[in-house]
Amino acid sequence: MLDVRSPETEALPGAAEMARWTRKDLLDTDTLSRDEIELILDTAEGMHEVRSRPVAKVATLRGVTVVTLFYEQSTRTRASFEVAAKALGADVVNLTASGSSVEKGESLIDTVRTLEAIGADILVMRHGKSGAPYLAARNTSAGVINGGDGTHAHPTQALLDLFTMHRHAGDLAGKRVVIVGDVLHSRVARSNIWTLLASGADVTLCGPATLLPRTLGSGAEGSRCTVTTNFDEAIRDADIVMALRMQKERQEKGLIPSLREYIAGYQVNARRLAMARPGALVMHPGPMNEGIEIAPDVAHGVTSVIEEQVSNGVSVRMAILYLMATARHA
Amino acid sequence: MSDTLLIRGGRVIDPASGLDAVRDVLVADGVVAAIGQDLESNGAHVIDAKNCVVTPGLIDLHTHLREPGFEQKGTIATETEAALRGGFTTVCAMPNTNPAPDAAQVLEALNDLIARNARVRVLPIGCITRRREGKELAELAELAANGVIALSDDGSPVANARLMRNAMELAGAMGLPISEHCDEPELSHGGSMNEGVVSERLGLPGQPVAAETAAIARNIALCEATGAHLHIAHVTTARGLDMVAEAKRCGLPITCEVTPSHLFLTEQSVFGSGNEPAYDTNAKINPPLRTEADRQALLRGVNDGTIDAIATDHAPHSVEDKLTEFDDAAFGISCIETAVPSLLTLVSRGELELLPALRALTVGPDRAFGIARRVAGAGRLEVGVSSDVTILDLSESWTVEPARLASKGKNTPLGGVTLTGAIRAVVLGGKLAFEREAAIV
Repeated sequence: MLDVRSPETEALPGAAEMARWTRKDLLDTDTLSRDEIELILDTAEGMHEVRSRPVAKVATLRGVTVVTLFYEQSTRTRASFEVAAKALGADVVNLTASGSSVEKGESLIDTVRTLEAIGADILVMRHGKSGAPYLAARNTSAGVINGGDGTHAHPTQALLDLFTMHRHAGDLAGKRVVIVGDVLHSRVARSNIWTLLASGADVTLCGPATLLPRTLGSGAEGSRCTVTTNFDEAIRDADIVMALRMQKERQEKGLIPSLREYIAGYQVNARRLAMARPGALVMHPGPMNEGIEIAPDVAHGVTSVIEEQVSNGVSVRMAILYLMATARHA
Repeated sequence: MSDTLLIRGGRVIDPASGLDAVRDVLVADGVVAAIGQDLESNGAHVIDAKNCVVTPGLIDLHTHLREPGFEQKGTIATETEAALRGGFTTVCAMPNTNPAPDAAQVLEALNDLIARNARVRVLPIGCITRRREGKELAELAELAANGVIALSDDGSPVANARLMRNAMELAGAMGLPISEHCDEPELSHGGSMNEGVVSERLGLPGQPVAAETAAIARNIALCEATGAHLHIAHVTTARGLDMVAEAKRCGLPITCEVTPSHLFLTEQSVFGSGNEPAYDTNAKINPPLRTEADRQALLRGVNDGTIDAIATDHAPHSVEDKLTEFDDAAFGISCIETAVPSLLTLVSRGELELLPALRALTVGPDRAFGIARRVAGAGRLEVGVSSDVTILDLSESWTVEPARLASKGKNTPLGGVTLTGAIRAVVLGGKLAFEREAAIV
C-alpha cells in the first residue's frame, strides 16, 4: 500500500492540493487535458526539488514494481525511467526483447500478462510497431507507459520537452517553435505537436518534402501547424528550435538524395540560429548525429538545453510514475 | 411433396428481366417452375415471403475459402456454410491457398474437396503465375480445361507488365477474365492502411491512392493492347473508379467489383470511435479502407451501374492473426455473412439503391465472369432454368455477434453493430438450403 502522507513523502511539494490523476495508462499526449499536463509539470517541479537534495531519494513508491520492457534499443529513455523509479523507491526490472521469451516467439499480449502475473504494477514499454502499447494496455490491468512506439508517439519525451521549454521560456502561448527534420517518421514530433498546440504555441514543421506530414496537427483545438520545406524562412524569429534525429537509412530508401544535401538545407547551425530570436532555445531529443542535423558548436552552445532535457527527463518520469502509482492505489 | 416450394407473396426482383412485383415463386423439380400471382400450393412447402424481397441466388466473385493449406482460418465446409447464411448460392474461390491452383493436379484435388464439402456452388479461380509468385505463367490451358472461372494471383498483383500482357493475351484467347488486384507494390510497400489523415495521426505506414490508380492505368493499357477481358478486383478509390468508367466509355472489355466493406466503412474504423486510437486490426484490409469521399464515389458507382459487381473479399482469419500489433496483423475481414445485411442497411439509410445493389449481386457478377455458362440460369429467375433463389428480409434488425458467425473467421469490425436487413431463406438447386429461425420478435 502506498501512503502519500508517509514521512518520506511529506516533502513532495504541493502533492495534496493538486488535481487528481485518474488514468491507468499514459499512451500519448493527444488526449491529455491542459489540467493533466499542468499536473504533470507541477509534480515534476516537486521532483526536481527532490533531486536537488543531498540524498536524492525517497521511498514513496516502496513496494511498487516497475518493469521496463524494451523491444527496441534505447539508452536515455530506459535509463531515465530506471533512475526515476529507483529515486522513488520502486523495484525495477529491466527486460529487453533479446534474451527474453520474445525471442522464442511469445506474443506481446502473453508477455504483458506474464509480467502482470509476476507482479508488475507499471510497465514502461518501447516497441518498434506503432500502436503496440495500446494493445498491451487493453490486455493488462498494470499501468502502461508508452516509452516510444514505432513512428507514433513518445509522450514522456514530449512532456520533458515541454517542462524544459517552460523553465526557460515560461508561458508558450504565441511562442514560435520550429521542429525540423524527419517529422513524418518522428514519434517525438507527433507527441510534441499535441502538447505544444495545447499550450498555445505557434508550431512550424520543417523538413524535406518526403519527410513531412501532409495533415498532421491540423484541426487540434482550432489551431494547426505550419508545414514548410524552407528552413531559412521557418527559423526566422523562432523562440525554440528542435532538431530531430536524421536516420541515415532515409538516404538508402531514396527519401533524400544525400546527407550532404540534407545538411545544406536543414542543419541547425550558427548561421541559421542567428536568424532566430536572440537567445532562442536549441533542443534535440537525442541521440544526436552531430554534424548532420545539428552543428556541434550549436549543440553545445550557450542556448542549447539538450543535456538539460535529459536531466529533466528524470524529474518528469518520476512525476508520471508517482501519479500513476498513486492513482492505482487510490 | 417436400421438394416443391412455394415462396408466397414476396416482392420478386429479377434485375436481369426487370421484373419487380409482388409474385409467388414456385420451385419444383429442381428449378423455378412458375412465377405468378396466387399460385396454388398443392401440398408444396410454403415460405411466407410477405414483406420480403425474392431475388436470384446471390453470386460472390471474390471469396477466400482458405482450404487447402489454411484450415485453421477456414475450410470449404465452414466458409461455404457462412456463404449460404449470407445469401450466396455461388462463390468464386480465390487461389491464395497452399498449394495454389496453378496446374491441373492441384485443381483436380481442389475440385474433389469442393465436391465433398461445399454447401454452395464453388467455382475456383486459377492462378495467373506459378505459386502466385509473378515469375512464370501457370499452366493456363490446363486450368481452363479443368474449369476455372477466371484467373487471378489474388493479393499478389502481377508486377511484371510484360508477364501480365502475355497472361492477358493467353487468357483472352481462352475466354477467361483476369481478375487483378490493382496495386503498384513499390508504392504501397509496407503500407498497412490508407495513406492520409488517419495514417499520419497513428504513425502507420500508408498505401497511397496512387498505388491503386497507377496499377489500374497500367492494366487498362494492357486491356487495350490485348483486347482481353480485364476484371478490376475491389476498386477502392474515387479516382480509380473514374478511370474504369472512362475505359468502359471507350468500349474496352473491362468490369469491376467493389466490396461491401469499402461501401460501408472508411479508414476511420482503424482509429475507432473513441478519443484514443483503437488500432483496430479487424479494420485492416488490402486494399485498405479509404476516405468518406471515396466511399461516396463507390456508392454512386453501384447506383449508376459503373460497378458491375459487389464482391465480398471474405477473408477469414484465426484469432492470433489479428490479436497482434497492427503492422503484423493479417489483412482481411470475415464478411460473407454480414455483406448483404450491411448493404441492406445502406439501402435503409438511403445511401444505396436496392435495384442496382441487387443487380450487382446477381446478373452483374454473372455477366462479369460468365457464371451462367457453368450454372444454368445463375444470376436470374428464369422459369424452367434457374434453380437458386435468395429471400431477403429488409426490415429485420440484428446485432452482429462475431462469436455466432458460421465462418471460422470472427475477424469483423462490425461486432456490436446493429444492421437492418437479414437473409430470410435460401433455395439452392431447387431445395430449401437455409431458413432463418422464425424471425426473433
